[in-house]
Amino acid sequence: MRWRTIILFLLIVGAGFIFMGMTTNEIANEITLGLDLQGGFEILYEVHPVNEDQEVNRDLLNQTYAALERRVNALGVSEPELRIEGEDRIRVRLAGVEDQDTARSILSTQAHLSFRDVEDNFMMGGENLKEGSAKAVIDEYNQPMVQIEFKDADLARQVTTALRGQPMVIWLDYEEGDSFEEEFSKEMAGGDPKYISAPEVKEVLSTEGVITGLESFEEAQELAALLNAGALPVELEELTARSVGASLGEQAMDLTVRAGVFAGLLIALYMMVYYRLPGVVAAVSLSFYVYLILLVFNWMEAVLTLPGIAALVLGVGMAVDANIITNERIKEEIRSGKTIRSSFRAGSKRSLGTILDANITTLIAAGVLFYFGDFAIQGFGLMLIVTIILSFFTAVLGSRLLLALLVSSRAFDRKPRWFGVKESDISEL
Amino acid sequence: MNFNFKDKALDVVGHRKGFFAASAIFLLVGLVFLLLMGLNLSVDFEGGTQLEIFSPEPLFSVDEVADVLTVEGMEPDDIRLAGNENEIVEVLYIGTLTKEEINQAESVLAEQFGDVEVSESTVTPMVARELAVKAIYTTLLASVAVIVYVSIRFEYRFAVAAIIALFHDVLFMIGVFAIVRLQVDLTFIAAVLTIVGYSINDTIIIFDRIRENMKVAKLKTTQDLQQLVNQSVKETLPRTLNTSITVIFASLCLYLLGGEGIRNFSFALTVGLLSGTYSSIFIASQIWFVWKAREFRKKAAHA
Repeated sequence: MRWRTIILFLLIVGAGFIFMGMTTNEIANEITLGLDLQGGFEILYEVHPVNEDQEVNRDLLNQTYAALERRVNALGVSEPELRIEGEDRIRVRLAGVEDQDTARSILSTQAHLSFRDVEDNFMMGGENLKEGSAKAVIDEYNQPMVQIEFKDADLARQVTTALRGQPMVIWLDYEEGDSFEEEFSKEMAGGDPKYISAPEVKEVLSTEGVITGLESFEEAQELAALLNAGALPVELEELTARSVGASLGEQAMDLTVRAGVFAGLLIALYMMVYYRLPGVVAAVSLSFYVYLILLVFNWMEAVLTLPGIAALVLGVGMAVDANIITNERIKEEIRSGKTIRSSFRAGSKRSLGTILDANITTLIAAGVLFYFGDFAIQGFGLMLIVTIILSFFTAVLGSRLLLALLVSSRAFDRKPRWFGVKESDISEL
Repeated sequence: MNFNFKDKALDVVGHRKGFFAASAIFLLVGLVFLLLMGLNLSVDFEGGTQLEIFSPEPLFSVDEVADVLTVEGMEPDDIRLAGNENEIVEVLYIGTLTKEEINQAESVLAEQFGDVEVSESTVTPMVARELAVKAIYTTLLASVAVIVYVSIRFEYRFAVAAIIALFHDVLFMIGVFAIVRLQVDLTFIAAVLTIVGYSINDTIIIFDRIRENMKVAKLKTTQDLQQLVNQSVKETLPRTLNTSITVIFASLCLYLLGGEGIRNFSFALTVGLLSGTYSSIFIASQIWFVWKAREFRKKAAHA
């Protein structure tokens, strides 16, 4: 009996577990969770032209994308996902947003600011604002307001001269049919008017102005951020909207992780009881597999979603399968009367082709799903590909290396029971 | 414990007509349900709005929620309780709700139940249809790719038999969902796709053994062929069973312990796994046998 290989086996396994134990928490914490696991929302927008001259093309989509991106950044969301889909769609995915309602309205508002008279005639548009000049402040009466600067001082002067002594109505996203009169009577009745404010023009303005009538400093900040991010060049329609509350996501996360841990333990236990020594090796390589999956996921900066976790747990099943195929082969060889060592060699060799074929077919299916699938299907296909490749490495290379160390120590020669084979089942050569 | 079928008589080929009939009957029942009642499609495929209301303390009853939410112009079409302690209520609207309507629903709920959290899922019918079509199309494409590979590596009969077994499993899942009226949503697609991978994998292992045994066997009659298929199924049976048992462990754990969000998914998975195991032992190699035996008889007639 050679102790050297057994000690090497113990060293590898021991070092592996210590390393995993030290780093797993850190890796798990770094993984980005999908919105179904931490709350957040996902919206698929369809881009509509604002007027008849406009044509929805790649340029316009890119402009819209950039405008949305600026808004998302103004919201301060970490790791937003935006992407253009098809001819006229943009998908926005924001995980971990606390105030979903505000975020949604900030995203989809055109943020087209207009200054109108009381008869709703257009006087001046938001284009006349200096880029990046809007600033939220609080005046001496503790009222929140937004300071703005005009590009064209002459135009501002003209407008304010014409409106002197009258209210200048400031609208965000004025739509055909909106009327100041109607909204004003709403405000008188204690309601919330659609326009932002209607301050009276007391003096002629040229380069600077303020927007008042805001409810809170937060609202002023939002408006300033919106004005700075610029108007959307298009109208956005929500085709699909999905939002998940934070507590619901957290509950889903906790329960799924618990179920996954339980399933892993159950599988490891089953393997050890059924396959004995090779089963222990399988359980060890399984834990390596789960660790590697998390590691690779982190490297790829992939987003872990609920189906992703499910695929991971299933991947454990697939990794187990390669172990099972090999171990069954080894058992068959032992039963046929070969020595333990040559059974291991023959079993490993003969099972490789089978495992390869099974993995490649599944890989092909996963590849098609990844390449041709829709957004939702794609993520799943990617998860499957990673799973298959890693399970192949750990279950074929990892398990075999470890088992080879044990077998070559000769400690288990003529001990078929350690491999789950009864002496009475072995046929004489 | 040990699965060792070496010395047991196991004639899975001889009883093939029984297995075919059992599958045919079940799939037919599923089809009848599917045609008569359709699937219980979620907003993902039907379009509409679904609200999921989560409360820290379970205090919901369906009637209560219905009372509160029945506001003019937006009556819910379906309300059901979910979660381990009924802490979740799912409310379905067939038409899509606007943001304002959802906010309104949210505020009346908050008034009545206090600290609740509303999650929303809105899909327009057009997008829902696109999604369903694309999913079907991708699954078919994946099947074709697999047929091509298996035809090159094995032979086309194996490929077609494996794909028939695969469709058996997918139809089985759809049939069960049509019968038990569980909701079919996006995660169902994920479950079907997983089973696509699993079913092929499971079947290929047996075919691989048949191919290996054929290399050394001297086949003269269809009885020899039957013997060989039986032998191959028997030899791979421990593997088939053990793999199925471990994977079903995993999916049952997800079903019993996982949260509401993956309950339907893991149920679909468990159903698919059971069907996949059944079809790879009792359907796939039998289809191949019937086909191969026909060729055998033709050759014999020529000789």
